[in-house]
Amino acid sequence: MLQVSIYRFNPETDATPQMQDYSIDTGGKDLMVLDVLELIKAEHDSTVTYRRSCREGVCGSDGLNINGKNGLACITPLSETVRKNKLVIRPLPGLPVVRDLVVDMSLFYAQYEKIEPYLQNDTPAPAIERLQSPEDRAKLDGLYECILCACCSTSCPSFWWNPDRFVGPAGLLQAYRFLADSRDQATDERLAKLDDPFSVFRCHGIQNCVNVCPKGLNPTRAIGHIRTMLLNRAA
Amino acid sequence: MRTISFDGVIVGGGGAGMRAALQLAQSGYKTAVISKVFPTRSHTVSAQGGITCAIASADPQDDWRWHMYDTVKGSDYIGDQDAIEYMCSVGPEAIFELEHMGLPFSRTEEGRIYQRPFGGQSKNYGEGGQAARTCAAADRTGHALLHTLYQNNVKNQTVFFNEWFATDLVKNSDGAVVGVIAICIETGETVYVKSKATVFATGGAGRIYASTTNAHINTGDGMGMALRAGVPAQDMEMWQFHPTGIYGAGTLVTEGCRGEGGYLVNADGERFMERYAPNAKDLAGRDVVARSMILEILEGRGCGPEGDHVKLKLDHLGEEVLESRLPGICELSRTFAHVDPVKEPIPVVPTCHYMMGGIPTNIHGQALTVDAQGSDEIIPGLYACGEVACVSVHGANRLGGNSLLDLVVFGRASGLFIEDALKQGIELRDATTSDIEEANQRLISLNEGSAGENVAALRKELQGVMQNYFGVFRNGEFMQEGVKKLADLKERIANVHLEDKSNAFNTARIECLELQNLFETAEATAIVAEARKESRGAHAREDFTERNDDEWLCHSLYYREGQKVDKRGVNFTPRTVDTFQPKIRTY
Amino acid sequence: MVTQVTSFSRNGLSDWLIQRVSSLILLAYFLFIAVQIGLGVDYTQWRALHDTTAMKVFTLLAVGAFVAHAWIGLWTVFTDYLTEYMLGPIGNIIRPLLQIAVVLALVVYAIWVVQVIWG
Repeated sequence: MLQVSIYRFNPETDATPQMQDYSIDTGGKDLMVLDVLELIKAEHDSTVTYRRSCREGVCGSDGLNINGKNGLACITPLSETVRKNKLVIRPLPGLPVVRDLVVDMSLFYAQYEKIEPYLQNDTPAPAIERLQSPEDRAKLDGLYECILCACCSTSCPSFWWNPDRFVGPAGLLQAYRFLADSRDQATDERLAKLDDPFSVFRCHGIQNCVNVCPKGLNPTRAIGHIRTMLLNRAA
Repeated sequence: MRTISFDGVIVGGGGAGMRAALQLAQSGYKTAVISKVFPTRSHTVSAQGGITCAIASADPQDDWRWHMYDTVKGSDYIGDQDAIEYMCSVGPEAIFELEHMGLPFSRTEEGRIYQRPFGGQSKNYGEGGQAARTCAAADRTGHALLHTLYQNNVKNQTVFFNEWFATDLVKNSDGAVVGVIAICIETGETVYVKSKATVFATGGAGRIYASTTNAHINTGDGMGMALRAGVPAQDMEMWQFHPTGIYGAGTLVTEGCRGEGGYLVNADGERFMERYAPNAKDLAGRDVVARSMILEILEGRGCGPEGDHVKLKLDHLGEEVLESRLPGICELSRTFAHVDPVKEPIPVVPTCHYMMGGIPTNIHGQALTVDAQGSDEIIPGLYACGEVACVSVHGANRLGGNSLLDLVVFGRASGLFIEDALKQGIELRDATTSDIEEANQRLISLNEGSAGENVAALRKELQGVMQNYFGVFRNGEFMQEGVKKLADLKERIANVHLEDKSNAFNTARIECLELQNLFETAEATAIVAEARKESRGAHAREDFTERNDDEWLCHSLYYREGQKVDKRGVNFTPRTVDTFQPKIRTY
Repeated sequence: MVTQVTSFSRNGLSDWLIQRVSSLILLAYFLFIAVQIGLGVDYTQWRALHDTTAMKVFTLLAVGAFVAHAWIGLWTVFTDYLTEYMLGPIGNIIRPLLQIAVVLALVVYAIWVVQVIWG
């Protein structure tokens, strides 16, 4: 029997959060953490609350803190995380808890919107697509794949302290995705908006983001590229 | 109950919904999107291989009429030819718009959009061999598409009601749709969202089956709401089983794998599709490939200790091709099949994937019903686009890569039409308090119920019935038994017990409401599947193995009231090309 | 609300650059001093060294670097931990008070050093 401990908080009935324990029969299978949650909700306790959608690691709904490390429940197998038969599931750290494992992601989304996450190009569009060489397109690899699960930003102390001012790794990765796009023309305006002491420069390069990204992306490297662009712009 | 008013309300924040919303938001009308998940969590995000469209990048001679021919043939001739013509001809414009919005398509050496071969594609009306017509962003096209659409909606300041769940349609005394009842999941507040145009873009319902490539959220909410409001459902027997769902997990492996040169093998290592489809082989229509796989398994040539799956071989393509063209597949296969496709073949099995049927609409997205004389009648105020709609461009079998095109083209078309209609002025009688109360009745009974069965157990039972009785191969006797089992489930699901009555982020409540929508979809599927006594496209019957054009070259219609099944004519009159006459369909 | 009005240069890139350049100056200064001490200088030699104009300039530069480095570093720490978001409204009282204390300390240090080397 797997010992599962889940962070519980219902704002209507609880003054403070507490951990609740469940003994779960996994049938000896190497389930994903999400399967365990589904099993608990279906057979043990229908009040356990979490987000989920695609169950294959592409929608970014079920970012959770699993045995102390942020990750997606649906692609984290028990064999990878469970030690001594114990599974501890908490909400992503640093954001307000709405209920149980569901956090309020407004601050996270606000930072994403702040970097103007859309292509800006005011030249009249051609009758076909804008051309882009495979080399220029390759510059977007490792950037556009972000699924906005918030595992990275909520593992970043700078984002914990200043979620309203520091864009955070996820937002900055997307900022660089547009800075790196050969079709985007707003490079200077984008950089100007990032040049304050908070937006980019609260990153101290501790690489928690890289360590937890379930898609294997590297926000720290992208932030380094942004800094270089800011330096080149100022020089 | 609070009322919030908009010019246009879109229910569903996937590809179709956000494309429609973008069109309306750009026109300046007060537009809202109601989505039960944050929009980029919608199931469009899981689409992998690409979006099929004759943009003449891979082949400068490519022609949208060839694409149209393939689509009509793929539909087994019950796709509406005016709608297919519209989709294939407008498609390039819609794709180029997406590229201009920033969608990171993969590129050719010339800098154009990369196109890969997909199943059922041909040049020169089937005479010119395999075409490469599916525009791709690696194997993450849906993700790239959905994020691009969300980003452009942010740019155009669309109002999003994220994590709101629409429960039922509100109709006025004229029978026109004038909005929806919706719950804010976070607070539990119920509101009436009033609108001059209500667009359903609620996606599919693959969760009616136990084994599906679909996300947990694909619960047929639009189908449930429409059927309860008296809107008919069209071609609900037509469910696509994708040939390559990962064995055991159900997660999708794109047809693009076979497009890039992968192929299926049985336990003997034989490339068996050469026997079933000598020309197209592994790139035959999905229905054909799925049936061939099941036959291999039934005839004892399946793989594994149970002999219950086949394998998709990719290792011969080499690590470089796999990592650059199919990186997401490598990732999924390692996670869910514990197999590295660079070295070993992936175990796969046909898995429920797509609902070809849905709410019947015209090419403007206007929902239709059929009057007593058998002619189409527009349902005022209601529109549908994307998977929940049945325009019908997919007929009895959808071609790979056509779903993304469908949702972009018809999301856009709905938006354009509504913009125009709003300009001319839409006058709908206001809903009365009792109209609103009536629409809210289902939610009230659920909240007030004190007994009944557990949602998870009922859902499992429903999915089991659909899986066992309405799968790839169907049989009349079996289906009748399935229909009986569903009849037994009907009351039990209507009275599902919601134990947790709390308001804050109560997902148990949402799951109950979703289950009732799943049931409506499943029941419609079961009853028409039993009624259509022929084999066509994805609907393969063991007791009626042949296509019967004399009786069934038509759409099926299902009405919830009295479980009535009816027929509706297929459109054979495209505007600019000659009709494609039904032929025997081989690959 | 934390603002950047009190930041050293009010610009992220400049602050970042100053932080790095100042640390190099400090590193050079302390290495130089460490080497002198390691060589076993006596008081006369030590006075003679610090009486040269070059050394006075070097020391002054190091003090300037110290003041800038300390301010930027502490400002970052204060605006991380001592904010309204972290502490509630009281953060907006504690932070300015501590900032004033740090400014005072740094100014006093700087004047003191100037007095020592030119006094």
